[in-house]
Amino acid sequence: MMRSRIMMCGSPLLLFHCVCPLKPSWILGQSDPCSMIIARQLLHRTGFACRSASINCRRFCTSQHIKMSRHTHSKRIEGLDKNVWVAFTSLAADPSVVNLGQGFPDIPPPSYIKQALAEAASVDKMNQYTRGFGHPSLVKALSQVYGTVCGRQIDPFKEILVTVGGYGSLFSCMQGLVEVGDEVIIIEPFFDCYVPMVRMAGAKPVLIPLRLKSGKKTITSADWYLDPDELSSKFNSKTKAIIINTPNNPIGKVFTRDELQMIADLCIKHDTLCFSDEVYEWLIYRGHEHIKIATLPGMWDRTITIGSAGKTFSVTGWKLGWSVGPEHLIKHLQTVMQNTLYTCATPLQEAVAQGLLRNFEMMGQPECYFTSLAEELEGKRNRMAAIVEDVGMTPVIPEGGYFMLVDVTSLNQDLSHVVGDDDEAYDYKFVKWMVKEKKLAAIPVTAFVGDESKKEFEKYIRLCFIKQDSTLAAAEEILKSWKKV
Amino acid sequence: MGLIRNLARSSTVIRQILIRNNHKIIMARQLHASRTDGVDKNVWVEFTQLAADYKAVNLGQGFPDFSPPKFIQEAFCKAVSGGPIMHQYTRAFGHPPLVRSLAKFFSRIVGHEIDPLEDILVTVGAYQALFCAFQALVNEGDEVIIVEPFFDCYQPMVKMAGGKAVYVPLRPKAASGAVLSSGDWVLSAEELASKFTPRTKAVVINTPNNPIGKVYKTEELQMIADLCIKHDALCISDEVYEWLTYDGAKHVKIASLPGMWERTITVGSAGKTFSATGWKVGWAISSGHIVKHMKTIHQNTVYHCATAAQEAVAQGFEREYEVFGSPESYFQQLPAMLQLKRNKLASCLESVGLQPIMPQGGYFITADISSVKVDYNDQSSVDEPNDFRFVKWLTKEKGLAAIPVSAFYSPEHSKEFDKYIRFCFVKVNEMQFMTLNLILIRFSFLFLIVLLYDSPSTQTLSFS
Repeated sequence: MMRSRIMMCGSPLLLFHCVCPLKPSWILGQSDPCSMIIARQLLHRTGFACRSASINCRRFCTSQHIKMSRHTHSKRIEGLDKNVWVAFTSLAADPSVVNLGQGFPDIPPPSYIKQALAEAASVDKMNQYTRGFGHPSLVKALSQVYGTVCGRQIDPFKEILVTVGGYGSLFSCMQGLVEVGDEVIIIEPFFDCYVPMVRMAGAKPVLIPLRLKSGKKTITSADWYLDPDELSSKFNSKTKAIIINTPNNPIGKVFTRDELQMIADLCIKHDTLCFSDEVYEWLIYRGHEHIKIATLPGMWDRTITIGSAGKTFSVTGWKLGWSVGPEHLIKHLQTVMQNTLYTCATPLQEAVAQGLLRNFEMMGQPECYFTSLAEELEGKRNRMAAIVEDVGMTPVIPEGGYFMLVDVTSLNQDLSHVVGDDDEAYDYKFVKWMVKEKKLAAIPVTAFVGDESKKEFEKYIRLCFIKQDSTLAAAEEILKSWKKV
Repeated sequence: MGLIRNLARSSTVIRQILIRNNHKIIMARQLHASRTDGVDKNVWVEFTQLAADYKAVNLGQGFPDFSPPKFIQEAFCKAVSGGPIMHQYTRAFGHPPLVRSLAKFFSRIVGHEIDPLEDILVTVGAYQALFCAFQALVNEGDEVIIVEPFFDCYQPMVKMAGGKAVYVPLRPKAASGAVLSSGDWVLSAEELASKFTPRTKAVVINTPNNPIGKVYKTEELQMIADLCIKHDALCISDEVYEWLTYDGAKHVKIASLPGMWERTITVGSAGKTFSATGWKVGWAISSGHIVKHMKTIHQNTVYHCATAAQEAVAQGFEREYEVFGSPESYFQQLPAMLQLKRNKLASCLESVGLQPIMPQGGYFITADISSVKVDYNDQSSVDEPNDFRFVKWLTKEKGLAAIPVSAFYSPEHSKEFDKYIRFCFVKVNEMQFMTLNLILIRFSFLFLIVLLYDSPSTQTLSFS
């Protein structure tokens, strides 16, 4: 099958796959008469009479041999091009769709943080490069906040690295500390980037699923647990690190002290590192406590803890995050930083520093944003759960974070007519159908698990509830009318 | 043999015991990934720290000491006070208004219709665009030709991608006498051609060049293009200083030459374009079939770039599109202003016997320090190249920070070029210039004393 892609008017190029079996790669150039004939025919058939196009076609046809068969991508990105967000965010971009898919707030960030950014940008030197590993006022503020939370002195210059979002911290960990051939344990369901990042570092992801305790009526994220024997069996001499995410995305599980101790014991026993993704650390609901694995005995020296300004201050579009850990680990992340993007944006870092200092003063009090946001979201969580239950679906009530898993089995939705690959999981089909037919966007949960666990998770979709009341109300309308059908 | 094995075994045991007794639970095996071997040293980290520690007049790192133009600052404020979406994730591969304005702006310059969604990737500074290019395209064992002197990050990025850097230096044309302009530094066609092998994946060029300031002419780019086409290699063209050309020199995009669009990755920077280096917004423009691989790297590294800054840069380009080529254009005003700064710094340097190479473009002037002999009195830097020692001495003792140029050369060629240091002239702070003048006058006064009493070749100036 020949596929052609004609560039817009004025383009000097025509790129296409040649039907010729001898040359399966991208081909351009007069050395290939096959492609030249096809090019001319295509231009003729599509009535591409634009003057510049014909000049360019002539130029292309008579230019030197431009065989491009060697322009293949590097091996490290083999199989890493697919991405659930790229697929589903464009589906949800239609303004008539109520978007409970991608995890970002549609509630405004606190006004003082926007104010801090505007003020920072008005200072001349705040618009120029700052310190590569983190703007001094920001790393000092982080050192204060986390020093207090962890109960230890944290060196702002040696034990902290500021990165482009929590994402950037994860990347720096993988590139700085994970070797080709290493194994990295990942708990399912996992924030989807962990696996491709591990693979890009040339290492092997070893997956272990959270399992659901059976026989319960109201399900919460606390009903999902790690089997200790199963986890232990995943560790071997090649294991370099385990990645944990607490509160977990998408389930919302907040790991207990005992659970973290169990993981810590294994890390110490097998001498592995721990990358602890804690971007939702402040979004903990009543009755639960966020524990930092780095604070358990023996763990500071082998843990990198990752945080996010985007999730902390509801400013995901600022893309600032940080890694906190011992110098002997952070220094390797800093090496990665200085060879990838060197430094993060200055005015944004200054504004986050101001936001952190302000809330540090109020930590533990109701006015502190870390507390007030969690309270606001708990209300939204409960509302979302009620709406979902009302329709007959089963929510998994999260202990933390801003997502909720919803079991859609009881709807018994027939999706045989939905266009897609044969082996596409049920939840992918369900979400595509739901976006199209019901104008409500979610994210399929099998995007967060490996192939072997797909069967257990394909009945779930993920809803994001850090949304304005009007958005939740719109979702409620859709779900109510669904029930009537 | 057995003795060695026993020694090795016991030293491991000793090391493990030490670790346990210290209660520091550090892994007995290697912590860091091998890809970070040999890329941990960084000239900026070292020298910016030094400049800060000694509170030196900082003509080292390349950033302006003035604010971005008003229209862009206003655009940023407008974005910040815009609706909530300005503070949330935008399109991962580039904020739609930004990629559209970049496509519109650059299509007419490159002479090719650029697809905003397929042919552009927005990155965290040009730095990250370079990183994506190397990671997306360079495999273990691939060779990458780097033209020296090069912006120092190219080499460690190639190394981190498992590639092998192959160097070819720009050489001053004149056989003897002072070389006065960056235009006199040229590539030998034969020397460049000899560097291509079947393993050559790409050539990296930087025009205008950092540190020398060379603006490649069309014939020079054509020579490089011919070789890329002949050997089916890619070209990574770092053009962050594209608007900063002086004395009428014209910036030419190698991607606009025949046969080059589909094999060139052109890297640009909002930081250098709009004097806002702290915003860290950059881009790569290339044919979609190359950009798609860079997108894969991007979506597995940082994924998104900050929204508000992208919105502001988009507005900046919209404004410049309307006034392009006219006197109101920032792209006319900035080089005109900087040309005067360049001239001022050049004459300062000349007046004290530091011989500047007049840059045709960019932010920097390099100066030849070989006529100045210094007694360093600093044992800690004794193994370092002469220009490193000179810059450290200049920073610590004279309160003036610069950057040593041999940092921009490969190990095999750095010795040839350790007589140059680099100054950034994108500074309008008059106090800085006054202080600089005073420093250099004091400097030259002592130098003159020596000239009066002895021949400079046998006398070393000792500064206490």
